[in-house]
Amino acid sequence: MDKHISKEADTSHDTVDRLVFLPFKKSLEMSLKSIQVRFFRSMITTMSLVLAIFFLSFVSVSTDVANGLLATKDPSFRQVLIRSGYDILPEDTTLESSPKQRWIIILSLLVCVVGIINAQLMAVTERFREIGTMKCLGALNRFILRLFLLEAGVQGIAGAFIGAIAGALFSLINALFNFGTFAVGLLSWTDVFLSILFATGVGFVLSLAGVMYPAIVAARMQPVEAMRVEH
Amino acid sequence: MPDSRDIVRVSQVTKIFQLGKVQVQALQGVNLEIAAGNYISIMGPSGSGKSTLFNMIGGLDKPTSGKVFIDDVDIAQLDAYELAWLRCRKIGYIFQTFNIIQVMTALENVTLPMIFAGMNNDSAVEKGIQLLELVGLGDRFRHKPSELSGGQQQRVAVARALANDPAIILADEPTGNLDLTTGEEIITLLKKLSKERNVTVISATHDFKMLNVSDQVVWIRDGRIDKIEDREELSISVGTIGTKQ
Repeated sequence: MDKHISKEADTSHDTVDRLVFLPFKKSLEMSLKSIQVRFFRSMITTMSLVLAIFFLSFVSVSTDVANGLLATKDPSFRQVLIRSGYDILPEDTTLESSPKQRWIIILSLLVCVVGIINAQLMAVTERFREIGTMKCLGALNRFILRLFLLEAGVQGIAGAFIGAIAGALFSLINALFNFGTFAVGLLSWTDVFLSILFATGVGFVLSLAGVMYPAIVAARMQPVEAMRVEH
Repeated sequence: MPDSRDIVRVSQVTKIFQLGKVQVQALQGVNLEIAAGNYISIMGPSGSGKSTLFNMIGGLDKPTSGKVFIDDVDIAQLDAYELAWLRCRKIGYIFQTFNIIQVMTALENVTLPMIFAGMNNDSAVEKGIQLLELVGLGDRFRHKPSELSGGQQQRVAVARALANDPAIILADEPTGNLDLTTGEEIITLLKKLSKERNVTVISATHDFKMLNVSDQVVWIRDGRIDKIEDREELSISVGTIGTKQ
């Protein structure tokens, strides 16, 4: 009976702050745990991102290598580059990625986003009951949205970083075989670092872009779904 | 003992579902008052509108017409935030399929609603352990749901439903996926908790074991209330149902 009275007493001040909470730290913890527990699932979601960023990083670091060689102004290097497939005009002193390359990169990134959307939609469908249950426990739409965005953000940074590093390494190995050790010596490491940073950033943004629609679908789900028996 | 206050009031509620081009009237004018602290069973065949009524009481669905009051608050007037607050603080849910969040331990499942309610982590953990001890799982709070049996998972769900000391516990076929003895244990547990903590338990069911502990049984048929029986009248009809079964 005592308990009941105290419950009555606090309903009066509850009217002032009828809020539900999810601290940021807690949501980050939940997202990380979710990735950890469903590691294989997250890996599949991240894989297309890793591959696309690998390609992006490979192309841009290869351009950095070629620029390093061009910067020496040695005509023999110019010949080597032309022989290995770079389109260099006599007056060029630096190299940009060609329009053809840019198109292929954009296409691969687009395919990657579609892949992420697809994989994330599947992940959301698999977790319908979990989301519904959380909503029954009082979760707001934005809690769910935040959980999915955080998860995708972490996957995005990790996947893109792995892809970018792997792409850069592969490009350097490629340069070693094609041009020899001096090619790596002539390279501007700042450029390589910037290329990796850029590729990681692009990957992060793509991952968030890909999860946006699935996360909104999840957040708008009605709590009644948790009650459904089938699945 | 239950006081005379009505915790749930359903007045003239109808619900129409649009299934393609056909309109289905799931509820056709239901009136119901549920007194605080009672143990109520809503009985009815599937398709009777039982789940629809149940969802209305739980604030999970809004009526087409009519009003549902929980603790004298009309739930149709609430916005998304207030509804979430209501689900978090006033109502505890128990499901047929347990719905324990698979990636979290038993304890984390129980503390989640308390975190939503703004409790700090340490006191939530402390209370979570207490609740798990209360339902008889004191030694298993670090277990994942996959390491628990169906009955144990449902116990976790009961503890989770009690997390924020709700006024109402809504149980949707809580024994539907459990064997006979485990089901009975859960029913006894719910009854005990309802008495000790003065919580109103409302369960949708077609498990006749439920009738023995119910203070009131609401029979639904074709979207209407067929009859409401109190405990005293019940003992007679239970006999006949028992033999039919």
